[in-house]
Amino acid sequence: MATPDALLVVIRHAPHSSNWLREGLDAALVAAAFGQPVHLLFMGQGIMALLKEQGSGAPGQKATLPIIDMLEMYDIDALWVSEEALQGLRIRQDLLVDGITPVPAQEIPMLFQQHAKILNF
Amino acid sequence: MHHGLHYGLLVMGAPYSSPAPHSALRFAHAIIARGHKIAGVFFYHDGVHNGASLMAPPQDELNLHEAWRELNQQHAIPLDICIAAALRRGLMSESEAQRHGQPAFNVAPPFELTGLGQLLDLQQRADRFITFA
Repeated sequence: MATPDALLVVIRHAPHSSNWLREGLDAALVAAAFGQPVHLLFMGQGIMALLKEQGSGAPGQKATLPIIDMLEMYDIDALWVSEEALQGLRIRQDLLVDGITPVPAQEIPMLFQQHAKILNF
Repeated sequence: MHHGLHYGLLVMGAPYSSPAPHSALRFAHAIIARGHKIAGVFFYHDGVHNGASLMAPPQDELNLHEAWRELNQQHAIPLDICIAAALRRGLMSESEAQRHGQPAFNVAPPFELTGLGQLLDLQQRADRFITFA
C-alpha cells in the first residue's frame, strides 16, 4: 500500500534500446538511498526489464538485470507489472524474476492515484 | 490576491530532436504569466543536451540554450543538470573538464551539474511537478 511520501517510478522502455531503463532505475535507487519509499511499475515494453534469462545486450552495453536483482537490497520490494503488458507481449510470469505482482489494467489508475510523486521513464 | 503554486519541471528530451524542451519553456512562461512560480528545472536523460553552451542553430531558429538562460535571468529559476547523465553524453563544466583531463567544457552557469538528489528535492518542494519527455 502506498505511503503518502512514496515515489512511484514507472518503467515503460525495454533494456538496451535506449538509456531510459538505466536512468529510470538510477532515479529509483537514489530515491531509495535517500530513504524515500519507492515502488516500481513496469508497463508496456518495460516488463522486458524483468526477464530473468536476459543477456547483457550488444558489446559494450551494460546489463541491467543486476540492478533489478539489487532492488531488494535498497528495500524496493514493490515490483508491479501490468497484466495487460504480459498478455500483450505473451510473456509468462514464470519467465520474469521472482517477487513481481501482476496488476490488472483496471487497477493501474488506482496506483497512480495513490502516489503524489511519480517519475516516468 | 491568490497565492501562486510552485511548479517543478523535469525535462528529458533533447533540443531539436524532441518537442519536450520547447513545450517546457512555453509552459514555464505561461504559468509565470498566471502568477505561479517555478521552483526549478531539472534536466535528465537526453534533456541534459539543453545545457550545451556550444549550441549554434541557424539564426532564424530559436536557440533553446539561450531561451533557458533568459528564463533564468528573468525569473531566477535554477537550471540543474544531472551530472551522471551529462558526463555520459559529453557535457561537462569547466571543473569537470579539468577533473577528466578534457581540453574544453560546454556547461556553464546558470546551468549547474548536480546529482539526482536535487531532482527528488525539487519534486518534494513543488506543489506540481511536470515531466516533459
